[in-house]
Amino acid sequence: MIRRRFALVGGVPWTLIVFLAASTVPWLGSRYDTFLAAQIAIDALFAVSLNLLLGTTGLVSFGHVAYFGVGAYVCGILMKTYAVPFTLAFPAAGLGAAAFALVSGYFCVRLTRIYFAMLTLAFSQIVWAICWKWNDVTGGDQGLPEIPYPDLDWMAAIPGFGDLRIGDRFYLLTLVLVAVSLAVLRQITRSPFGRMLTAIRDNPERAAFIGLNVRAYQLAAFVVAGGFAGLAGALYGIFNRGVFADYVFWSKSAEVMIMTILGGMDYFWGPPVGALALVWLNQAITDYTEYWPFVLGTLLVVLLYAFPGGIVGGLVAGFHLVRRRLIPSGA
Amino acid sequence: MRGGDGASFLFSQFMGGLTTAMFLFLIASGLSLVFGIMRVLNFAHGSFYMLGAYLAWQAVEWLQPTAEGFWPATLFAALGVALLGAIVERLLLRHLYGREELYQLLFTYALVLILGDAAKFLWGTQQLSVSTPPVLAGSVQVFGTTQPLYNLFIMGLGPAIAVGGWLVLHRTGIGRMVRAASYDREILDALGANVGALYTGMFVVSAFLAGLSGALVTPIQSIVPGMDVLIIVQAFIVVVIGGLGSLWGTFWGSVIYGQVLSFGILIFPGFSLFSVFALMAVILIVRPWGLFGRPL
Repeated sequence: MIRRRFALVGGVPWTLIVFLAASTVPWLGSRYDTFLAAQIAIDALFAVSLNLLLGTTGLVSFGHVAYFGVGAYVCGILMKTYAVPFTLAFPAAGLGAAAFALVSGYFCVRLTRIYFAMLTLAFSQIVWAICWKWNDVTGGDQGLPEIPYPDLDWMAAIPGFGDLRIGDRFYLLTLVLVAVSLAVLRQITRSPFGRMLTAIRDNPERAAFIGLNVRAYQLAAFVVAGGFAGLAGALYGIFNRGVFADYVFWSKSAEVMIMTILGGMDYFWGPPVGALALVWLNQAITDYTEYWPFVLGTLLVVLLYAFPGGIVGGLVAGFHLVRRRLIPSGA
Repeated sequence: MRGGDGASFLFSQFMGGLTTAMFLFLIASGLSLVFGIMRVLNFAHGSFYMLGAYLAWQAVEWLQPTAEGFWPATLFAALGVALLGAIVERLLLRHLYGREELYQLLFTYALVLILGDAAKFLWGTQQLSVSTPPVLAGSVQVFGTTQPLYNLFIMGLGPAIAVGGWLVLHRTGIGRMVRAASYDREILDALGANVGALYTGMFVVSAFLAGLSGALVTPIQSIVPGMDVLIIVQAFIVVVIGGLGSLWGTFWGSVIYGQVLSFGILIFPGFSLFSVFALMAVILIVRPWGLFGRPL
């Protein structure tokens, strides 16, 4: 009986429930709730794209924000400067980021461990320096404010959507795009290709020995991760009504890494849980104190020492513990 | 423009680059030392530097009546940061040596967050500055350019620390142990050396150097929040150019960085930041162990 109840936990379509619950936010929550939910959705996609490198392939990229930033700038420049519609600018952002990931990743995957981390950091700082200084294209230190929303008037035709604000409509669009991207990433991690990446993470020498082209696989993972980070960046620029060089500063790479670890990098759904937890916590804490980085740093230290598996890792371990208690072995 | 003016202009750019370089060497030497011996890339090194600056400012405030309060304040700052380094290494960092780089990187990043906010809490967010110690307040004329004495002092201190560090590493018993640890920690441990104490010592020396350079920078740069994350990336560039873990490499890396920055501004104005990061990327691609390092 108990065992059946546990089996049910796995049978519930959790992702669908979360998606449906998230899509009710514009009707049930305040404007601010919608703002937070959009931020969580975008961060979740960004963190999952990083985790394809960090958790799945075992590559410690300290410059993942470069691809997020390239996506944000590509989409922002196309929509603001050239008035390109979102339906073209959004895929272009993903492709632009993936192309840059292909070029930089080609060099990065040649290096191992700490040098890989340093080179990804160097590339992200190159992107930052260009965004900060190339006034004619990126707006330099002024950034690109007032990026237009995509044209979402067609949503008014859907019953119940007529009186939604443009921000709410963009949130719903974001939610759908993030859900589709996450579904694709989920398929990629589960595919034979994803299994190969994990084999490389666990033992690169052995993977090479059985005939895998380790660098090619790592580069492919780098490009896919970069492309999806670019999509997240494109959404973030519109959501924030502007793209600024700050988005690409190296400390942002550390932030998304913290999200990923907080949720648990050994699980596909770890990073989204981390994004939810971090945005919510930031919200709860900044009400009391401006010293949010202090809290975040302390949290990170506790996490590294006490819960290296993150929230999802901790929950899964707790779940197994309870199940062992309730179901005697052999039953 | 007469030829002499052109030459003295170039000379003053060169000297400016050299001052930047020697400051960076003071900072980056500690970073390089810790990476070379312990294989830990310490993001918090920039935070140690920032705390050195704040502690020096604080001590100068306390010692206000004495004119030469700057020197004891500098020593106080360096020792204070060294003490902090000892606490961090003994209580926390040492438990991460066996773990993956990811955890070490994130731990030192957590320190960046914590120390950055601690400094904001203690000293606020306004700019602070310290005046140049009277004995070095003047300047001298060199090749038709005016060189502040304080900059010349820093330009002398950099090479002095490089030579001193080299002598300790290559001519003393402790130095031999340190070099042995950088080759193979486990063998050294098995031979009966106290590697734990050696690591703590290295981390403390590194923190001392960071604190010292933070204190010494206060007469020429104002102390602001955020100076930690800006400097650490520059220090990374320097150690990557020279070779992580190589003291001379770090020295020459600093010189190259200072000159690229100083003359890069003349060649592509606005893009000198880009040129130094590009230089770092090129070196990592072509020779990841740097110009003066050795492959791991």
